[in-house]
Amino acid sequence: MTIAHYACGTPEHGSSRRRFLRQSLSGLAAGGSIAGGLGSLTFGAVAEQLKSQDMRIVVFNMHGGLSQLESWDPKPGTKTGGPCRSIPTSVPGTHISDLLPNTAKQMHHLCLMRGVNTAEDDHGKGTYLMLTGRRQSAAAEYPQIGAVAARMLNDENRGLPGHIVVTPNGGGGKGNEAAYLGPKYSSISLGGTKPPPNTTKPDAINDESEARRHEFRRHINQEFLTRRRTAITDAYTHSYEQALRLMERKDVFDISKESVSDQDRYGKHDFGRQCLMARRLLENGVSFVQVTHSNYDTHNENFIFHIEQLGEFDQSFATFVADLADRGLLEKTLVVVLSEFGRTPNINLYYGRDHWSKAWSVLMAGGKLARGAVFGKTNDEGTEVVDGQVDHGALFHTYLRAVGVDSSQSIAVDGRELPIADPAAAPIWKVLT
Amino acid sequence: MSSAIDIIKTHVAYEWKHDRPLIACRMSPDGLQVASSSEDSTLQLWTVPSGEKKILTGHESWAHALCYNADSQQLVSGGCDGRIIWWSVRPNVPSILRKIDAHAGWIRSMAISPDNTLLASVGNDKIVRLWSMATGEKIGELAGHDRHIYSVLFHPSGAQLVTGDLIGKIHIWNVADRKLERSMDATPLYAENKGQSAEFGGVRAMALNIERSELIAGGTHKATNPFGAVHEPLILRLNWADGVLKKSHACEGIAGGLVWRVQWLGDGTAVGVSGGSTGGILLFFSDTQEKEIHRFKLPSLARDMDIHLASNLVATAHYDNHIRVSAMYAKV
Repeated sequence: MTIAHYACGTPEHGSSRRRFLRQSLSGLAAGGSIAGGLGSLTFGAVAEQLKSQDMRIVVFNMHGGLSQLESWDPKPGTKTGGPCRSIPTSVPGTHISDLLPNTAKQMHHLCLMRGVNTAEDDHGKGTYLMLTGRRQSAAAEYPQIGAVAARMLNDENRGLPGHIVVTPNGGGGKGNEAAYLGPKYSSISLGGTKPPPNTTKPDAINDESEARRHEFRRHINQEFLTRRRTAITDAYTHSYEQALRLMERKDVFDISKESVSDQDRYGKHDFGRQCLMARRLLENGVSFVQVTHSNYDTHNENFIFHIEQLGEFDQSFATFVADLADRGLLEKTLVVVLSEFGRTPNINLYYGRDHWSKAWSVLMAGGKLARGAVFGKTNDEGTEVVDGQVDHGALFHTYLRAVGVDSSQSIAVDGRELPIADPAAAPIWKVLT
Repeated sequence: MSSAIDIIKTHVAYEWKHDRPLIACRMSPDGLQVASSSEDSTLQLWTVPSGEKKILTGHESWAHALCYNADSQQLVSGGCDGRIIWWSVRPNVPSILRKIDAHAGWIRSMAISPDNTLLASVGNDKIVRLWSMATGEKIGELAGHDRHIYSVLFHPSGAQLVTGDLIGKIHIWNVADRKLERSMDATPLYAENKGQSAEFGGVRAMALNIERSELIAGGTHKATNPFGAVHEPLILRLNWADGVLKKSHACEGIAGGLVWRVQWLGDGTAVGVSGGSTGGILLFFSDTQEKEIHRFKLPSLARDMDIHLASNLVATAHYDNHIRVSAMYAKV
């Protein structure tokens, strides 16, 4: 398993859950067998109602730390502005970087948060807090937004996983991204636009023997579960059953079934195909998709790299947003463009920008969010937030509220009530409708 | 009258400070002026040797490309705003002669033809453009690069134009018919880092020797971590006739180094300027060895240089806001 590396040498860890699922799929395809049982977590009436609302979340993770100054909060003509300029958008009075001309035309759908201060300049810790809404600590682990979405929003009857992460090469993420929700809600990772591996039954196994294998597996599982049942064994079994359903619906992961014109509009590059894949997954009811665009950790030659990376991002992302709006999906889909942090206003000796979490931006759209809105403000040189400061906790609450989830509620796990968002934070009500 | 060149005795003769980090610099052919550009999007004109400064405003972004015309009366600048501006820079009050929207995106390099009639410009839109120096009219466009173009120079005959890009391709174009004649390989200057999903390096600078037998191309190599500035400077010495690589002048121990410009001295010594985590360095190479024959440490990281052959002076633009003019001879 490989993953894009940060400039400053921070490693990311492969997910044991995904490895496990792959092995499970591999086992299915190759004739392996294992014991397990059906998932034990139950859903209340509120959760079922939520699922019936069919809300979804898509996160674009700008891996490495997107520069806010070359994207959502440009400061042209100032000491920190750099060589990039700002351009008007479809929202009068709102300007973004000239590296995002297509996204600028979709600004009336978007909700821009320019006052983010997360006070965390480490890649791993920054990623953790942006995806969980909490600061990392040794005392507890919290589920990522994708796991929460899978738990709260996903309709398992569709036969598709509720938490899918698309990275350039299939790696990334944390091993315990579902935390107390259990491994059932951890992600399935897709490498680029390849379908999950081992989703084709070997020719040597006919349908009848395949059915007998699974019948035997379920029987043995049931025997085992009468004696020992845990969240792990449930997840194990769930993975097998999910893999079976996924094998039946693997065409959902095949973007060649999309029109040639759509493939052209999104772009032939990896990120374009991944955005088209995200649209396809969301249209088929997957509750959470995370697409990683790599890499923005530009301590060196920040501007050249942002020109190249955002040139790719702009075309595909703007097409994605426009399509969701045209198809009526934006009302049901929260879109978030985040990083682990922003980049320094100061331009270093290598024409680079370093890590900066004190004043940066996150873009959102869709669901119950205000459209064409800008919330928060930084000072003239982008060094401090001067109005509407928010942090990861407030953003996490807002993500959930935007898809109709009461972020103040708790989830009962093994008899314990666990708040799904940080009780010390609150939603950003001003951007919610 | 210049003193006899002695690169071992190179020393900083003058230094003048601007308000913001500098990007590029050129010395006027008559040696009386240095032009520079800075991160405040202005240009500066420095009188040699007094250091008197004049500020030119006209670009809406940084300018990486500067050229003087042959009689030192005009300066041409190319900006990240895609604009080319012709400036009258003599005698006293600088003024804009002409301003055109030339490229979609950054202009990275420009060159004026030996007969002073054509200006060539290249940049991020991957198109080479030729302009009339007299009128600013577009004369032609040359398409054939697949990535950002970083460098351009005219052959001293004026018959050919040489362009170098991000992925280490050097194209040689026939100026008269605008056709691609041939290409050279400078891919050692290019790195694709799949782990970081990054393409990095490129032909940042080129220069043809006086005998017209060798082309040197400068940039970087060992780019194991492009985003973290982990790379070292490299100059390739290529045979002009057939593009064969004659020598690779690697410069050991310059962390974060990248050759921003290369030029030749009259005696056939090749010179490059490199930045790096420890500052700026002038590197001198002969054709007898791969390692540099001399290394002159500048007081701060340098981003560009320009040699004035008649006076054996070299101007350098620095991150610490300074223009420095170094003399390549013993202190008098």
